[in-house]
Amino acid sequence: MTSGLKDSYYIMKRDLIRMTRQKMPLIGAVVRPILWLFFLGTGLKFGFIALPLVGINWQQYIFPGIIAMNVLFSGVMSGATIVWDREFGFLKEITIAPIPRWSIILGKVLSGTIIAGCQGVLVLAVYPLLGISLGFLQLAQTLLAIFFIAMAVTAVGVLLAARIRTLEGFGAVNNFVVMPVFFLSGALHPLSNIPDWLKILIYFNPFSYAVDLLRVILLGLDGDPVLDILTIVLFTNVIFLSALYLFAQRRQYYP
Amino acid sequence: MISVERVSHSFHGYPALKNLSFSVSPGECFGLLGPNGAGKSTLINILVTLLQPDSGSVTINGWPLATEAAKIRSSIGVIFQDSSLDERLTAYENLYFHAMFYHVPPREASQRITALLAMVGLADRSNDRVITFSGGMKRRLEIARSILHQPQLLLLDEATVGLDTQARRRIWDYIASLRQDYPLTILLTTHYLEEAEICDRIAILDHGAVIACDTPARLKEIHGQKTLDDLFLHLTGRDLQDSETGELERLKAALRVRRIK
Repeated sequence: MTSGLKDSYYIMKRDLIRMTRQKMPLIGAVVRPILWLFFLGTGLKFGFIALPLVGINWQQYIFPGIIAMNVLFSGVMSGATIVWDREFGFLKEITIAPIPRWSIILGKVLSGTIIAGCQGVLVLAVYPLLGISLGFLQLAQTLLAIFFIAMAVTAVGVLLAARIRTLEGFGAVNNFVVMPVFFLSGALHPLSNIPDWLKILIYFNPFSYAVDLLRVILLGLDGDPVLDILTIVLFTNVIFLSALYLFAQRRQYYP
Repeated sequence: MISVERVSHSFHGYPALKNLSFSVSPGECFGLLGPNGAGKSTLINILVTLLQPDSGSVTINGWPLATEAAKIRSSIGVIFQDSSLDERLTAYENLYFHAMFYHVPPREASQRITALLAMVGLADRSNDRVITFSGGMKRRLEIARSILHQPQLLLLDEATVGLDTQARRRIWDYIASLRQDYPLTILLTTHYLEEAEICDRIAILDHGAVIACDTPARLKEIHGQKTLDDLFLHLTGRDLQDSETGELERLKAALRVRRIK
């Protein structure tokens, strides 16, 4: 067990070293929320109907959703590192090393969580520019929530990587998984006055609970943080165990 | 050291290995020769514990593959045809992470890495990223990595493919010097005759079965052939370096295309 945890640590460490040597994902992590928050957010703030909430403007309203979005993009796409490792032989290299399969999955989830969490924190850092004031406790709770959500979405990326075998295939995840999950989370609009079918989809989307959790902490809006946390914990466990199962399967290997 | 008994394996109903048996003794350099699609890579994937055979038994370093895959993994070093180095990491980092995954104590790992990088002539490139290395340098680094955890058995799967004659010769010089210092058993697959000639024994594979197995000299003598190329042609009806794609290769290519779609 201890040895497996050490193996996970080294897998995580390697991924983090590799990450620091890539500029594009970092640039993307900074540019993406700027576009959403300051371009879309400003447009909504000045050119759209008033929010049915007192004391909160559109920019502030979508802020928790944009943090969650940055975490979601980065976390799910961290699965691409597994596909990359598979394409370029490193996964084969560690698969034949004397380390348990679960340590590979755990290492990947940990590295993805740290990277996705940091990208969420990058967005959080702009809260003073939006006129939001946060106390120390709120900040600490938000940081915890961000890394907690990062672990859940990274587990999804790892699960997808268990089955998607090419980088091209993983690219499609952005369109078919990340975007629908984001748009069906209520990150950009309140749930009042929307059609029932959309409301049902949002309620069944685990990511909605991540957005809600951040909204409750950052904006003090009504919500159920206990339900949010329980949903995310249950979801993370199911996804992590499913990923473990898929990776542990001894499949036929095609060179 | 290696005992393969009546091993069979098929992909989607197409037999890749048929009742294959052979053994390799400790300290021996054993070559597997065969054209594309003969089953060499399938066999290597079984020996490195990536693939479970449909039937038959494999014992490596005294451990049965079916139940002791983890122990086998600790005791083998592998160099695959395609490089599995991480090009974004430095030469040192590649070796360091390998050492950690094989549970070499960090201090000892550092000493071994320094010594091995010097052995393969890459001491001055230790902190350079692998992406800046030539094909020959990458292969030398892979050799260093494959023996870093001091395996008893080294498996080389077409390890010198794509290298020029000079680079291949240098690599075999490293391996030869390594065998002098260290009791290493080697199993290699190759297309190159000069590599087959240095093996203590060779097995010729065709259509997933061993059709001949002995020392190169004895095989040539038994079959009345002057060279290994002639011997191979005599036994299989094909040239050893024939690049024509075999049926199994075509099947694998079709599967890859289907997966991409």
